[in-house]
Order: sequence, then C-alpha cells, then structure tokens
Amino acid sequence: MSELSWWVLGACLAAYAIKLCGYFVPRKVLDSPIMTRVASTLTIALLASLVTVNAFTSGQELVLDARIGALAAAMIALFFKAPYLVVVLAGALAAILLRATGLAA
Amino acid sequence: MARFLTPATKMGLSISIATGLYGISFGALSIAAGLDLWQTAALSALMFTGGSQFAFIGVISGGGAASAAFSAATLLGVRNAVYGMQIKQALRPLGKQVPWMAQVTIDESTAVSLGQAKISEKRRGFVTAGAGVYVLWNLFTLAGALLGEQMGDPAAWGLDGAAVAAFIGLLWPRLKSMQPVLIAVAAAVLTALAVPISAPGLPILITAVCAAIYALCTVRKAPAATEHGGLHSVGEEQT
Repeated sequence: MSELSWWVLGACLAAYAIKLCGYFVPRKVLDSPIMTRVASTLTIALLASLVTVNAFTSGQELVLDARIGALAAAMIALFFKAPYLVVVLAGALAAILLRATGLAA
Repeated sequence: MARFLTPATKMGLSISIATGLYGISFGALSIAAGLDLWQTAALSALMFTGGSQFAFIGVISGGGAASAAFSAATLLGVRNAVYGMQIKQALRPLGKQVPWMAQVTIDESTAVSLGQAKISEKRRGFVTAGAGVYVLWNLFTLAGALLGEQMGDPAAWGLDGAAVAAFIGLLWPRLKSMQPVLIAVAAAVLTALAVPISAPGLPILITAVCAAIYALCTVRKAPAATEHGGLHSVGEEQT
C-alpha cells in the first residue's frame, strides 16, 4: 500500500474516533455553556474558512475567477430561500456560464 | 408508506438526495486531486464526513503533504464530536446503537434531527438523513470517481462552483444574527490572509484555533452571552 493510502486510512480512523468521542461525554458536561459557545463559533469559522479556500484560492495563491460568480449565484439562491440542491446547481451553472462566455477564467 | 413519510423523514430524504448527488463532485475532484478509486471510495465509506473529505483532497490537490491533509481533515471532523454530544442528549440512544449512530453523525443527520420537536421525529429524522446520505453519498462518489476520469477537468463541469455553493449553503442557515456574520467575515479574512504565507490546509487550522480562542475569551468576559439556556445546568454542576 502506498504512503497516501495509510494516511487515508489513518484519517478515516481518526474521523470515526472523533465521532465516537461525542457519545462518551457525560450528559452533565454536555450542557456547559462554554462547550456550546466554542462549538457554534468553531463551526461558523470552519465553514467560512472553507468557503474562502474554495472560492478564492488556488494552492497558495489568492485568485479571482469564475468561482466568485458561483458564490454570488449561490448567495442569491439562498437569499430567495432556494432548496439546498438548487443552491449547489446555481453555483455550478454560474461557473459554467461565466467560463463559456469568456467573462471569467 | 404513508406512516413512513412524516415531516422528519421527508426532510431527511430531500437532504439525502441533495447531499448525495454532491458526492459526484467529491468523487470527481478526488480523482482529479490524484487519489485512486480505492482511496476515494474509502474516504466516503469510512471517513464519511463531507467537509473533512474535501479538506483532505483539497490539501493533496494543492500540493500539500499527506500529513497536512490528515491534520486538516481531522480538525474539521472535530465538530462531529460536538454533534455526537447533541445527538446523545436529544435521542438518548442505547449503548449498542452508538457504534453505527456515531458513523452517521454528520452535519445533515444532526441538523434534521435537532430541527424536530418530538423525540420520535428526532429519531426518524436522524436515521433517515444519516442512512440516506450514507447510501447515496457512497453511490454517487463511485459514479463521480468513475465518470471523473473521463470528464477531465472538474472545473469544466462547474464542480468547483458547486463546491463553493455547497459550503456557503451549509454556512448560510447559521448566519441569523449579527454576531455569527461577524465571526464568518473575520474567519474568511483571516483565512485569506493566511493562504499566501502558510502551507495548503493550514489556513483552515489557523482560523479554527483563533475561533476557539476567541470563543473561550468571550465566554469568560461575558457569561451573560450564553443565550442557549445553559446557565441552569451549570448551577446543577456546581452543587
């Protein structure tokens, strides 16, 4: 097996161990306001970070291309309360259209 | 059938289809990132948490080390531990159910479950969304991985645009007041600043650590900010 395969398996194992961890926390601790606050802040920050990385970066460079159109299209769809699937399709379509018309790379 | 289709199972099924289809994007991008079919299938069947899977292949496709991919994926998966706690509290599962419930504890199953009022509906929502996403996500990952080899550049199919839309779609429902919006904007700016000066995958980790520190600091400074009604149980703990 290649080195990458071992890292894949290791990451899978770690992911399951983390999921399992939550179920072993005593119920008393679960209601802690500190836990609630850290969890909700972390989730928002992680998702915002993922949006940024996916929309504006290529390797270690910041780039502006068709994906910013995808982000805008998705946000418009979300603003009008479109279902999740429609939001994802709007992002894909915007990227395809911007590239097909030569408006963005 | 009519009894099976409750509001919770309908919501679970629609999110299963929406998220499952998106597995095509993961499968194709994973192959494009340089992973083989088995590695791609293993990530969906065993890791089974979309954000972490995308982070893993994102670091690899950006030329990052496998160890950096491992770290990014693992750190992104930490929120599943939090979901596990919430599900344990809400569904009160039996010990023997925990092994499989843990595996399907993800954004979608947790969101659908916690969105219901009655405990029976919470359970139905969790099982429908968890099992539904698992089956479809894995099937469409395979489809994307197999088609992706013929499709060439996923960007030509707008799949990179779909990825951006999918993440903003997960973030959006959480931006209901000013504070989460500010946290999201700060995290985005911090990530953008970190990208040119750190290895691929690291900007997400840096942002996560800063967010956790920020959350801890503001809890100490302003305990009144716990609007989720946790003060009562803190009182219980201290007694």
